[in-house]
Amino acid sequence: MPTTQRKTILLDFEKPLVELEERIDQIRNLAEDNEVDVSTQLRQLETRADQLRQEIFASLTPAQRLQVARHPRRPSTLDYIQAISDEWIELHGDRGSGKDDPALVGGIARFEGRPVVMLGNQKGRDTKDNVARNFGMASPGGYRKAMRLMQHANRFHMPIFTFIDTPGAFPGYEAEELGQGEAIAYNLREMFALDVPIVCTVIGEGGSGGALGIGVGDRLMMLEHAVYTVASPEACAAILWKDSGRAAEAAEALKITAQDLMNLGILDVLLPEPLGGAHADPVKATEILREALRENLESLLVLSPAERRDLRYQKFRQVGVFAETAHPSTV
Amino acid sequence: MSLFDWFANRRKDGPISQERQEREIADGLWSKCEACGVMTYTKDLKANQFVCVECGHHHRVFSDDRIHQLIDQGTWQPMNAQVQPQDPLKFRDRKAYSDRLRDMQTRTQLTDAVQTGTGKLDNLPLGLGVMDFRFMGGSMGSVVGEKLTRLIEHSTAAGLPVVIVCASGGARMQEGMLSLMQMAKISGALERHRTAGLLYIPVLSHPTTGGVTASFAMLGDIIVAEPQALIAFAGRRVIEQTVREKLPDDFQSAEYLLKHGFVDVIVPRTELNSTLAKLIRLHQPVPSSPLKPLHTVSNHHVAIT
Repeated sequence: MPTTQRKTILLDFEKPLVELEERIDQIRNLAEDNEVDVSTQLRQLETRADQLRQEIFASLTPAQRLQVARHPRRPSTLDYIQAISDEWIELHGDRGSGKDDPALVGGIARFEGRPVVMLGNQKGRDTKDNVARNFGMASPGGYRKAMRLMQHANRFHMPIFTFIDTPGAFPGYEAEELGQGEAIAYNLREMFALDVPIVCTVIGEGGSGGALGIGVGDRLMMLEHAVYTVASPEACAAILWKDSGRAAEAAEALKITAQDLMNLGILDVLLPEPLGGAHADPVKATEILREALRENLESLLVLSPAERRDLRYQKFRQVGVFAETAHPSTV
Repeated sequence: MSLFDWFANRRKDGPISQERQEREIADGLWSKCEACGVMTYTKDLKANQFVCVECGHHHRVFSDDRIHQLIDQGTWQPMNAQVQPQDPLKFRDRKAYSDRLRDMQTRTQLTDAVQTGTGKLDNLPLGLGVMDFRFMGGSMGSVVGEKLTRLIEHSTAAGLPVVIVCASGGARMQEGMLSLMQMAKISGALERHRTAGLLYIPVLSHPTTGGVTASFAMLGDIIVAEPQALIAFAGRRVIEQTVREKLPDDFQSAEYLLKHGFVDVIVPRTELNSTLAKLIRLHQPVPSSPLKPLHTVSNHHVAIT
């Protein structure tokens, strides 16, 4: 049973659960004060709370899942990297833009005894950190740093793990001036050319080109409550419905959940999360991620570089839904 | 008749009444330049490749006209015209995507937002893709991705240079993540084309934005842009909301990108054909004699054919 002692940040759909848990606490305190044995009743109530939690999280709407994916307590890229690595050194240089981008972090780690380059979008852990990290929205320099680290990995035969967690690439004045589009485009092409295994995991929010810019790999994995979308539901609602308030509808229509992407043939591995989401039990979430990374890396290491490149190409090559008919009437 | 009457009468008849002007624009006989307001006989405008004779403004060109402008007569071989869009997400915003597609196909007589094929440009064989802004703002969904990928794959196998004329609002939201993935798919095909040592030139026309900018538009060996074309990753309004300040007027124009090193050359449309021909010829291997001034010819030089 996940602990509720830590001050939790509540999502609106979790309210019934919290009310129930508060009642359990009340009864427990009351029983202690009056020295009455209520353990049977307590056990029943706790079982019910467990069931309720399971029910709530089994039937999350896409908009609710987006809330879980954006949860401020959700483990971030650096949390996972530090937790799964035996050792780790962060490296900062993109060698060009004149400043380091803290919204995209990377470095070299030792994973299960093997040196691996790990990198990803980094959201802040609190408001101050979030401002410093630009809410996980990387600049062109961030994408160029990522590519520089990936090319380093290629040179020294290190596999690459990328962790995706961003609302999108930063839409700013300077970002445009420094070629945000070019930086992402370059990564898309060059990731196809890398010889080493690449495993990409969406750990929270996968936002558009900003996510794809580090998302071309041999495997795409997603945590159960993570989302991956062509445009943020808010932006999509503003454009298509002319009303950003209809984001929940857009989230539904855009098919952004891990299960949706599995159905569309885009996702390779769906990783279950601990009950209540990764933030409810980060240790367990880390174990699930570590195991999946190990397993997928092993299966990729037995292939030759040429085979990996070819399979990577085929993986993206087959994505798309269209018909082939002589008459334009089948729509 | 007093001078006053003469003016009054003149105003009454007018050279061309507003109503008649609008009717003739609607008939397509005349076109009004959106930049300088000058009226041009549509046939003349077309003969000048939809560039205003008066002010040089580049009007939008649709794919058929663009192919006509670039490809030698009788050499165009369309590819994959049978590839049709579907509605995999059963997407519905204010209108169902499937209805939108049908309406667009009827209105434009196109299957989707790109035409691809092979042909000759000034007698040089090449693979050509032309996006069409009329079809849902040139947005990129599965069909655009698939047709461009097949074009690039075919050109790689046939040893052809590729030119893609871009005109797009970005990824097609109605196909969700399938659209986003087309960016990677096309970029992967370009990686193979590049590894094969072949030339790729995107031509960025107005507007080239979003997912197209963040993929094949920016991956050219040489990037050509049309004058004053809007070339952007994020939209101007989004940026203004983010930074909360007014952006310079020329921000995200072809000229702005040239100044900042993201476009190689700006070519007026009337010179596009000859410039592309020149660029392609400059990348062709020199047929026979190695560089002339060399007294001794090393094996290295001979090997280049």
